[in-house]
Amino acid sequence: MTGFVVRRVAAGAALALVISMLSYTLLSIPHIDVARQLLGQGAAQELVDAKNAALGLDRPALVQYLDWLAAAVRGDFGTSWFTSENVLRAIANRLPVTLSLMAGVTLVTALLSLLLGLWAGVRRGRVDRFVQILAVTGYALPGFLVTLVMVWLFAVELGWFPAIGYIGLEESFTGWLSTVTLPILALSVGSVAGVAQQVRGSVIDVLRQDYVRTLRARGLPPRRIILRHVLRNAAAPALSVLGMQFVGLLGGAVLVEQIFGLPGIGSMTVGYTTRGDIPIIMALVMISVIGVIVINLLVDILIGWLNPKARLR
Amino acid sequence: MKWISGLVLGLIVLAVLLAPVISPAGPDVSSLRHAFEGPAPGHPLGFDSAGRDILARLLYGGQNTLGGALIALLVALALGIPSGLLAGYYGGWFDAAAGWLVNLVMALPAMVVLLASRAILGSTVWVLMVVLGFLIAPSFHRLVRGIVAGVRGELYVDAARVSGLSDARIIWRHVLIVVRAPIIIQIALVAGIAIGLQAGLEFLGIGSGDTPTWGAMLNEAFKNMQRDPVLMLWPGLALGLTSGALVLLAAGLRDTLEDPGSRPRTVTPAVPTAVTPAVTPAAPTAGPGERAALLSVRDLAVAYPSGEVVHNVGLDVHAGEILGLVGESGSGKTQTAFSILGILPETGRVSRGSITVDGTEIVGLPEKRHRELRGTVVAYIPQEPMSNLDPAFTVGSQLVEPMRVKLRLGRAQAVRKALDLLSLVEIRDPRRVFDSYPHEISGGMAQRVLIAGAMSCEPKLLIADEPTTALDVRVQAEVLGLLRRLQRDNGLGVLLVTHNLGVVADLCDRVAVMREGRIVETGTARQVLHTPRDPYTRMLLDAVLPLEVT
Repeated sequence: MTGFVVRRVAAGAALALVISMLSYTLLSIPHIDVARQLLGQGAAQELVDAKNAALGLDRPALVQYLDWLAAAVRGDFGTSWFTSENVLRAIANRLPVTLSLMAGVTLVTALLSLLLGLWAGVRRGRVDRFVQILAVTGYALPGFLVTLVMVWLFAVELGWFPAIGYIGLEESFTGWLSTVTLPILALSVGSVAGVAQQVRGSVIDVLRQDYVRTLRARGLPPRRIILRHVLRNAAAPALSVLGMQFVGLLGGAVLVEQIFGLPGIGSMTVGYTTRGDIPIIMALVMISVIGVIVINLLVDILIGWLNPKARLR
Repeated sequence: MKWISGLVLGLIVLAVLLAPVISPAGPDVSSLRHAFEGPAPGHPLGFDSAGRDILARLLYGGQNTLGGALIALLVALALGIPSGLLAGYYGGWFDAAAGWLVNLVMALPAMVVLLASRAILGSTVWVLMVVLGFLIAPSFHRLVRGIVAGVRGELYVDAARVSGLSDARIIWRHVLIVVRAPIIIQIALVAGIAIGLQAGLEFLGIGSGDTPTWGAMLNEAFKNMQRDPVLMLWPGLALGLTSGALVLLAAGLRDTLEDPGSRPRTVTPAVPTAVTPAVTPAAPTAGPGERAALLSVRDLAVAYPSGEVVHNVGLDVHAGEILGLVGESGSGKTQTAFSILGILPETGRVSRGSITVDGTEIVGLPEKRHRELRGTVVAYIPQEPMSNLDPAFTVGSQLVEPMRVKLRLGRAQAVRKALDLLSLVEIRDPRRVFDSYPHEISGGMAQRVLIAGAMSCEPKLLIADEPTTALDVRVQAEVLGLLRRLQRDNGLGVLLVTHNLGVVADLCDRVAVMREGRIVETGTARQVLHTPRDPYTRMLLDAVLPLEVT
């Protein structure tokens, strides 16, 4: 198991490294004249050159990248070229919002889709049809459209939740809950649809396995067989779907944060990427990519724990 | 379903293409005094917040939204399909490199990358759609690669290669055919996703200011949600209908194009509806009046929705006796065994007859009471050793669990007993096997573990369903010897389901021969093997006799 984790961490680190290299190269190629943008069109050439030198833009791209990498590894993502903010601090301020959103969605998705999928897979019939319809609907409708409809219904028409705004968890728990509930639910629709469908499918698969029949023949109660054996075997494929959906969830978070006016990483991405502010863009790309890699690593470890055969891979 | 969604899609595309014909007003003509006004002559859907005609914006916006998604789709297809074909067909370094690249792209959050590329490439939606095409190409690559790699090993592709066809021709003639249907389905799915992402980007305000798009219309509607929520209706409907129709179309196409045989197959072969003979065959089916105390089956019938598969079966197993239940596959042996255990598949049921196990009538017995008998009175040894152990749990925990539940043993006690059982079934290193996962032990070892599991709660009756069929010959002999010893030492009754007459000759005291769901002959092993009465038994014997039975 340790070897398996070490291999996965190494692969993830390599992936992050290559992506950082590619992103930096791509960002450097078109060479938007950042210094001139900063100083204004009329600025004297000497001033522009001086600014370029100050930002380190007069050096070859490779040197710039290595410089960035060396600092980034130490946890220093530099300062924004346009706002002079410390990049890491700007992100750290906004990360908790996005993280709590993600944690909420993961929790809601895991619980609801396990419940629905298990119920649909074991009982079939009407519940099954409901989960199928939910899955098709969830896939069929773009997430932000669902979000808009939910805002209109629950915030504008019914007035149950505030339509926009964010209250920090440290300020007031109920306030926080009232501002994140709708975003979390909106984001969960799609992922519950996908994961519940997968849980249903793998539960039906596992129930057909020979070992389930043998467990029944041993006289074990059905509840125990389902909760211990079926659930554990069905969880692995469902988890990998959850992991795959996480990438899409990040995109969804961008839209949802923007719609609800949540000060998270997503709305920061929308606001800060209009100009060629390399330190900020690099940090935002890297934090999302690392988020994806870490989640998939956790999923792999969890699958490895659930399914001993997977550890061999 | 797929016709409806196809029709809806067709109508939407047609309307969008015919925008100039349908809508007399231009998308950008605004008259502020009409802002937020409802339908008016010539403006069937009313006006938006800037007093522009909603229908016109909807139709012209559709051109931009659908056109953008189309670009992304074309780029994805152009990249994903050829690379998938090559990677799947040739494998090797190209496959490895492409696979790595695919993993890399799939770790990229599309929305973040698209927003970041805006900084370099500017706010031109068309260019961003090419980037989106790159980002969704992996889904086609993976799909095509997987199928092609599977097909590549097929005999007909080998045959084509041997007959001298060029690779290009083989790919064109034989391989592309196979991936066609899945690609069409995937296109519908990915198109839905691309439209959603594209509209999402437009909603965020990416794209050149005033260009009408569905996403931009939604954004405008969202800003005015408090004042006039109806604005959201039309662009929302257009977007929802389009991507909904695409997904439903994909689902419909999947049902039509892909294996129609994926419906759950019935476990048993279909049996012609049994016409009960006017006179019930007397002697051989329902044995002589006296019923055995341990297991007695009378007049048993098992039915599936497709028909009855076991008819009027009667058999007895006494304590300390091995009864062989013989017949070819599909003769109903296993169905009979499953009825005794109460583990028939969901759709099957005992439709008639009586089964007594250790004096308890189990036909009509509540499931909970029947469950109490399983494990402790009647136990099961399955056929396939590997598929009958739960791959997620160690051998030890699978042995311990029933003992803790059924015998209410403490943990330490159950572990000790499990180790004893493993030694009992002649496993040399019980501790190691106890800690192993099923995939870490051999098939013969797994079958011993399953026998240990069957013995764990001290049953009186064993139902063994082809317990040695999946094993190689040497291990078969060992396992049969083990079964014989366990049976003698514990005075067990055994119902041994088998098609192997050699096993019967070796092990069984008495034999019942089954054919097409009926028992055709019952007797002592010696009598049935040497002087068979039923022609079917004779046929079975003739098939193997010179080789195995002496």
